[in-house]
Amino acid sequence: MIGNLPFVACMILIGLGLWTLLSRRNLIKLAIGITLIEKGVNLFLVTLGYVEQGVAPIYTYTQPGVTMVLPTPQALTLTSIVIGMATTALMLAFAVVIYRHRGTLDARKIRELKG
Amino acid sequence: MSLGTHLPILAIAVPLLGAFALPIFAKVHKRLRDMWAAAVGAFTCAMVIALAVQVLSTGVVVYTLGATSPAQTVAPGGFPIRITLTVDGMSAFMGLISALVGLASLIYAFQFLKEDQGKPLAMTLFFLLWAGMLGMEYTGDMFNFFVFLEITSIAACALIGYRTWESRPAEAAFKTMALYTVGGLLVLLAVAILYGQYGALNIAYLSSKIGGSQLDKIALGLLLGGLLMKAGAVPAHMWAPDAYGEAPAQAAMVLVANTQASLYGLWRVLFTLFGGVLAAPAVGWLVVSLGTLTLLVAVLMAVLQRDLGRLIAYGAVSQIGYMLLGVGLVALASRPDFGLVAMQGGIFHMMNDAATVGLLMLAAGVVRRAAGTKDLTALGGLGHDLKWTGGFFFLGALALAGIPPFNGFASKLLIYESSFRLSPLLTAVAVLGSILLLAVFARAFQGVFLGPKMREAEPAPVGMLVAMGILAAVILAMGLAPGFFVEHLVTPAARALWEGRDLYLAAVLGG
Repeated sequence: MIGNLPFVACMILIGLGLWTLLSRRNLIKLAIGITLIEKGVNLFLVTLGYVEQGVAPIYTYTQPGVTMVLPTPQALTLTSIVIGMATTALMLAFAVVIYRHRGTLDARKIRELKG
Repeated sequence: MSLGTHLPILAIAVPLLGAFALPIFAKVHKRLRDMWAAAVGAFTCAMVIALAVQVLSTGVVVYTLGATSPAQTVAPGGFPIRITLTVDGMSAFMGLISALVGLASLIYAFQFLKEDQGKPLAMTLFFLLWAGMLGMEYTGDMFNFFVFLEITSIAACALIGYRTWESRPAEAAFKTMALYTVGGLLVLLAVAILYGQYGALNIAYLSSKIGGSQLDKIALGLLLGGLLMKAGAVPAHMWAPDAYGEAPAQAAMVLVANTQASLYGLWRVLFTLFGGVLAAPAVGWLVVSLGTLTLLVAVLMAVLQRDLGRLIAYGAVSQIGYMLLGVGLVALASRPDFGLVAMQGGIFHMMNDAATVGLLMLAAGVVRRAAGTKDLTALGGLGHDLKWTGGFFFLGALALAGIPPFNGFASKLLIYESSFRLSPLLTAVAVLGSILLLAVFARAFQGVFLGPKMREAEPAPVGMLVAMGILAAVILAMGLAPGFFVEHLVTPAARALWEGRDLYLAAVLGG
């Protein structure tokens, strides 16, 4: 059970993110909610690759016979972090543009498009 | 080394390079930029077509990245560790759709975009989106699929919102970005769950290992949710009308092709990745009922619209419903006898929809350019000046509503036929949707193009008419000779999903 704790933590993080998305109306907070989900998924990926007592998977510096953690999930996480940065930056940029035009970040007041 | 063996990666790499080199050329000279864009566009289309010919004549094409030879998919030990691109009949078919839409959009963009309103930026983002779409369609690796999915998300949202001097595009872009990102993260979570169980990311390898455990079911649910969100199916459709309505016309039609790339991902997941274990009719029922709901809700919403862009957008969303209905029928039971017809209908409809909705959106772009508004209550009498555009819009409207002899009729008939075998009620809903669409678009056509002349309208430039002409020619060709297209393009694509899973697996894993 204790071994599953990191996974539970990831799911809590993802859940918090979803809850933020559904309950908050400020555009910046919506961006934060999405970032939370993304971090939860990234943590999940890293946790998947962890091996008990493993060391960083760099061949040059390790003694033979030492277990290493899986390198693939770390590579995936790195890619996912870069993508996440791009999406967050873009969302915040749109929030700035919306604020300049409408003078508010409240999603309830920005309802030019509906129906 | 010949060009022929490297087609799959070149079709993705060339537009990607084209995108990032374009701003540099734009700094040098406008003419150089336009020539570069034309060259990249033509080269990409040529390679997509050549690849489709190769796939249709010799079978699945596999390309391994980073190996000494592209055919070396499996590392010693029988385990695929490298990223592979796997192009089967379905991928090639989707590539052709993307190429057609991309070409028309590019030709249209040359004269539609204004120099002082971010033209180089819009063209850069377009190439990025194009590369992402082709990547989603050709990749044989789940994580790679997610990366290309996010490339299309970012490029698409930037295209929706790059006109920062207006307030509405940014609002649409924010909404779209939020939904796209959540959808993408659901897909990534599913990929992570699959990786955690089987230690691989290759679609073919995963497919051979998936045994239908509880975690597999969760992964399938997450993939379905994420991809349907990006495809714009009800109940996650609310981004679509905003995005299509606010994006510039040449970008909106690529967004439609992008939703179809997501649908392709859905088919790939349902029929290849989970093809071995998918016996539960619950998934099929889910897809069919979401499809029916999508087409019904979208058509009813289209009736209420007063903005030409949003009206066409709801028309586009409703067509997603037909595709889900068609292909969902196949997932409903294991190998029903009407399954292949249903699948052909759903897949054929993807190409029809790309051409038809694209044509309508381009025509709406001309209207907005000429009259300065897309408000249906303020428009009227534009047919006096925009004769060709009016004609193209009329053609597109009839094709979208599925009136014979246009292409929409050919594919919808296949869907009606097969859904009738399951339940006449589904067919009735689908036919009702078509009739309402016809009513909606007849009203829009009458309101925009007919009636007394109200204002001087600037006629459409030749380049934009050529782009619309290409799509209209495709619509007419597919409507007048549907048998030819079904036999040579749609059937190989449908068979690749229907019974091609073993071939797909064998092509990657060997033996």
